[in-house]
Amino acid sequence: MDILELAFMQRALLAALLVGVTAPAIGIYLVQRRQALMGDGIGHVALTGVGLGFLLNTSPVWVATAVCVVGAVVMELIRSYGRARGDIALAMLFYGGMAGGVMLMSLSPGGSNANLTTYLFGSIATVSQEDIVAICLLAAFVIVTTIGLRKQLFAICQDEEFARVTGLPVRLLNLLVAVTAAVTVTVAMRVVGLLLVSALMVIPVAASQQIARSFATTFAMAVAVGVLVTLSGTVTSYYVDVPSGATIVLMAIGVFVVLTLLATPLARKRADRTAAEERCTLDGAEAGAPADDVRV
Amino acid sequence: MEQPVIALRGATASLGSRPVLRGVDLTVRRGEVVALLGANGSGKSTAVRSIVGQVPLTGGELELFGTPRRRFRDWARVGYVPQRTTAASGVPATVREVVSAGRLARTKLGPARRADKEAVVKALELVGMADRLKDPVDALSGGQHQRVLIARALAGEPELLIMDEPMAGVDLASQEVLASALREEVARGATVLLVLHELGPLEPLIDRAVVLRDGCVVHDGPPPEAVGQHALPGHDHVHPHADPAAEPLRTGLLS
Repeated sequence: MDILELAFMQRALLAALLVGVTAPAIGIYLVQRRQALMGDGIGHVALTGVGLGFLLNTSPVWVATAVCVVGAVVMELIRSYGRARGDIALAMLFYGGMAGGVMLMSLSPGGSNANLTTYLFGSIATVSQEDIVAICLLAAFVIVTTIGLRKQLFAICQDEEFARVTGLPVRLLNLLVAVTAAVTVTVAMRVVGLLLVSALMVIPVAASQQIARSFATTFAMAVAVGVLVTLSGTVTSYYVDVPSGATIVLMAIGVFVVLTLLATPLARKRADRTAAEERCTLDGAEAGAPADDVRV
Repeated sequence: MEQPVIALRGATASLGSRPVLRGVDLTVRRGEVVALLGANGSGKSTAVRSIVGQVPLTGGELELFGTPRRRFRDWARVGYVPQRTTAASGVPATVREVVSAGRLARTKLGPARRADKEAVVKALELVGMADRLKDPVDALSGGQHQRVLIARALAGEPELLIMDEPMAGVDLASQEVLASALREEVARGATVLLVLHELGPLEPLIDRAVVLRDGCVVHDGPPPEAVGQHALPGHDHVHPHADPAAEPLRTGLLS
């Protein structure tokens, strides 16, 4: 286990673990409200933050966090007040963020396209001590929010109109989801890269909803899948010398395919079990009214 | 005299540029069961959605429990059953998880206690779905799903129940269960306002019917007598003239 004795690998594995937990934890709410690609949009905006960080010669993680939070809040406001042209406004934000990042990066003295690539596709081995402190703090915020407020966030993502009538502070919680997603993007940026961040928010959730039957199980399984692929992807990239972000995402897709293939026989087994309990009988009418009679 | 539970006076509202409510007066007193009837597009859904604050009023006044709507914060007293949408949610959720959301009216941002969990089970018992606690909601039929949504509203133990087309696409067996659940709520002292397309099995429970046409109240009084084919038990009201995009045909066939 010489891999664990290297300081940069310790940092890399810790960062990978935190991304594996946080990305699916917020991703499940985004998937539930059909905003699966929001992470991708925030990732584009984050690039402006990274460029700004280089230009100002400060930590790109914190500047990117600030820019992402602003971008995510704007996206949430467009979503909640938005009319038909919301998609155009979002497109402006995405590509403006991307172009702004490239522009700022080229203007900054220390910036180059090589730097840009490490943020676009992740470069887990270059995670610094300063980065890891930021990642830990940000991840703690994401975990506390997504687990501590799971019932409330479930309610607003499952049926927003109903949630408003229960008197929950829905607007505030919506903003919190957006801010948490933004924070998660910056947590994951060094590990999988801004262009692949959204994959870790969506794919573990998509994989676990193939076989899970409840929200709680989907949540737990998605986090388990996230941790599995980020850790094994990081270890693989150490031994085989392949990029960490791409390895992690391809592994996640692999898990999705396996679980999808498992889902069909599993569903059949469940159906058989139910059928064994409630066999059709001719004297069903006397046994009591069927649950769903069909009228014509 | 006691404050009415709902007092809507001269309410106007628009969807886009189209005026949908054109001066609606509606008063619901404590313990009353009021049905809001009318054709598609008459404004009945908009009326209840404006009462629960989901459609802004452009004019008129609204008071809930004697408090102007703007200052009303006591949402735990209101149980709301929105019109059922058939669109499945992306992530699986069990019956218990969905119904527990209704309890948030009381727990708000705090944790769920034993009493909250018991209220969820009790609400499901009331609609005859307690044995389906752990089942995913997307495995339910239309009628069962509607029962779950009603249980979600009941989980908060509301004083006022507002339901938007609770019988839409619901099979006869579920309609009977819903009618008996509603009867128990009324016996407990609940006030009910419900949007209906036709009275159906709920007819004996209804104290008063308010009929809307083109955003105006055209009848406020005893429920209209059903006549002809409409009076036949189990008659399913299918509107061939209805805009199919605006409202699904209710054939009674459940998906």
